[in-house]
Amino acid sequence: MALDLDEFHGMFFEESFEALDDMETGLVNLDVNADPVDLDAINTIFRGAHSVKGGAGMFGFTEVAGFTHVMETLLDKIRDGAMRLSQPTVDAFLQAVDCLREMLRATQAGETVMSAHVEQTQRSLESILAAGDSEPVKAAEVDAPVSASTESPADGDPQVQLDTQRWSISFKPHAEMLATANDPLIILQELSLLGDLSVTVDMASIPGLGELESEKIYLGWQMELSTNVTRDEIVTVFEWVEGECDLEIKELSAGRDQGAKSSSEYSDIEVAKTADPAPPAGADKQKPAVPARATNSDAGSIRVGIDKVDSVINLVGELVITQSMLSRFGEDEGFLDFEGLRQGLVQLDRNTRELQQTVMQIRMLPISFSFNRFPRLVRDISGQLNKKIDLVIEGDQTELDKTVLEKIGDPLMHLVRNSLDHGIEMPEDRLAAGKSEVGVLKLNAYHSGGNIVIEVGDDGQGLPRAKLLQKARDRGLVGANEELSNDEIHHLIFHPGFSTATNVSEISGRGVGMDVVRRNIQDLGGHVELQSEEGAGCTFRIRLPLTLAILDGQLLRVGKEIFVISLVSIVESLQVTLDNVNAIAGRAELFRLRDEYIPIVRMNELFGIESDCTELEKGLLVVVESDGIQVGLFIDDLLGQQQVVIKSLETNFRQTDGLSGATILGDGTVALIIDVPGLINKCLANALDNGRSLARTAA
Amino acid sequence: MTTLNDPIEAAGLDSHGDTGQHLTFIVDAEEYGVDILRVQGIQGWDSVTPIPNTPAYVLGVINLRGSVVPIYDLRGRFGLDQIAFGPTTVVIVVRVETDSGEKIVGMVVDAVSEVYMIDENNIKPPPDFGSSIDTKFVHGLATVEDKMVILLNIDELLREHSAPDDAIVQDPIESAEPVGA
Repeated sequence: MALDLDEFHGMFFEESFEALDDMETGLVNLDVNADPVDLDAINTIFRGAHSVKGGAGMFGFTEVAGFTHVMETLLDKIRDGAMRLSQPTVDAFLQAVDCLREMLRATQAGETVMSAHVEQTQRSLESILAAGDSEPVKAAEVDAPVSASTESPADGDPQVQLDTQRWSISFKPHAEMLATANDPLIILQELSLLGDLSVTVDMASIPGLGELESEKIYLGWQMELSTNVTRDEIVTVFEWVEGECDLEIKELSAGRDQGAKSSSEYSDIEVAKTADPAPPAGADKQKPAVPARATNSDAGSIRVGIDKVDSVINLVGELVITQSMLSRFGEDEGFLDFEGLRQGLVQLDRNTRELQQTVMQIRMLPISFSFNRFPRLVRDISGQLNKKIDLVIEGDQTELDKTVLEKIGDPLMHLVRNSLDHGIEMPEDRLAAGKSEVGVLKLNAYHSGGNIVIEVGDDGQGLPRAKLLQKARDRGLVGANEELSNDEIHHLIFHPGFSTATNVSEISGRGVGMDVVRRNIQDLGGHVELQSEEGAGCTFRIRLPLTLAILDGQLLRVGKEIFVISLVSIVESLQVTLDNVNAIAGRAELFRLRDEYIPIVRMNELFGIESDCTELEKGLLVVVESDGIQVGLFIDDLLGQQQVVIKSLETNFRQTDGLSGATILGDGTVALIIDVPGLINKCLANALDNGRSLARTAA
Repeated sequence: MTTLNDPIEAAGLDSHGDTGQHLTFIVDAEEYGVDILRVQGIQGWDSVTPIPNTPAYVLGVINLRGSVVPIYDLRGRFGLDQIAFGPTTVVIVVRVETDSGEKIVGMVVDAVSEVYMIDENNIKPPPDFGSSIDTKFVHGLATVEDKMVILLNIDELLREHSAPDDAIVQDPIESAEPVGA
């Protein structure tokens, strides 16, 4: 049985990191003062630790397994009520989770796992364990500090003696169990870790030598286990072979009183064959009491590499193109008689569109994947800063594309940190300002049109208008006598000049790398707005496209070429009347749109295309906007609107000015997608400069 | 020309993946060659979507089985006069290796010619033309059936440089008026 373990390592790490995330969520949401302790929550955390331990043990990552074992022991005590939950304990657990994550990363990278930090964390857990034992609950029994070391776990624990029970376990694997890569030896070893184990082999079913097949198992075991662990834990040892063996676990005698727990629960239950879907408490997959996790477990899911999904998406894209090509042929007069063919094409049309939508859905993930790390962050930072902050999360099931989700994480983190650090005031300041001493940080996400809107808001002090303006004047960004609207002042924080750390402390703190935040969001095709009221709080609103793979496009024609422009960037399209056009110095053309003067960009000239209409009143002007700057693109004609699949030009060519990519149209030809922000920036660089300054004087 | 459907099998690929087979093609009456393992396919000339603000030898992009693939005009790339595309004009789709990974590009040539087996030992380094021709685009010269075949270094030739005036012929007059202009 030469197995390539590497393949499974990847899966182990992925699952372990997920388990750690679950543990973290569970810990952060744990109500320390609840009495009795929230067993569901503890069980979830316990399960996380247990699955990491199990996997680590199986792959021989002994340090990780040992470390989790200490956590597990401690959790078990809390679960049994032998130890009280306290804030320091939860803190220690959170540190342990971090530490474990570190260890797993190191293991994954093939580095040394044991560092001073790990040892220290493990020691602090062990000391809690020891302290827990000396608590009044079982004070009499404490004879020595616990040495729940990695090699000799639970059985070295003085606590063990108290609750020791004897279990009779009858374990008879089915003949084919080895085929599923389960080794009974590992199970027996695992059992022996739980307590004193005596094993008798049952060799009754071994066939004659001639019939013996080397890949089948003929042995059975009768065991007696003296242990302090619960039945659930014994059952979990067998959880991998459930259904592949005959298993019977019986309680022989209770060592001592189980305390609050009713021992009637531990009557005979045949676990394996009857496949009881709900084994008692611990083995059940409990969810923490947070809505955030509601959908992403248990729904029955498979793990698939993103590259596979992407190739499916590409293929479906191809299919859609082929389909629209066929549809066009179907409309051909020669086919009018073939009713069946035409019906088939209509059906094909419907099915491909549905297929495309469904496939795009695969890439969509709820934003909770990003939001979930904030409870911990808020907890840690508010602790550090001695602030009292409540985190409110809404709309965390709002879905968006995985790529967008990954890229929005850092900007969000930044905004949240800023709010925590500089937005929300110290409790005493809040009280002085007549507010509740607990600040509220609110994360919200919702769909709006074809976009997702993410809000990060706080009820803190808001942006200090006067200080911002003063700073801008000092830096020469704003003229001494120039007055700015509130909006303009608030947008100053996005200016790169406001982004260095020293400025921050001088001004107000706001503005750390806000230009970077804005740029990241713009790179995703989104934009960020902010609303702030001094003394009442500040809200950032990020608007993003749901996906980067598909664009709602407006097709337009310049000369013989067809271009695509993102529908969201279009403000309006209109026909030009020459009365409203002014040419500055005979070159820079400006169009008066109501009270604004906007520069006209002739696309045919910009792209060097021969166009059939060069006179402004014969073509169309598409007014586009980016960053609050409007430009009129002069084109020949508007064509239809359609969703297009974005293909990068960089894949086989290179980044090209004014273009953000290409797409393949229904007839199989390539159309280029116009990069509106890039185009506007480019125009700003040349013609726009003098145009605008002249426009200002004109206005 | 018979081996193109499955170049690897037809070439009797050895363990090094180096077959020595080269596809040759004609540009302006000269015969040029590329390693056949770089050739992805040959197709007739069809219309392209031009890309604005690129050198003239970048004819545009096409849809090649769902990928957007740029098409280069080799005549333009060599700084030769354009001729009208005729029935023999074909696009050779090749794989080039660049700093940013592998890319698929097409090059328009006057006609495809032959597939020759050329032993690496018989490939002579290009002579030094001094400053008049940049030889980095030439892998070497080979003699096949008494004809000279110029083996191209397509990685260099079809790479997109940030400077568009990367003309192959460094004639003073030519460089004063870049190919793209």
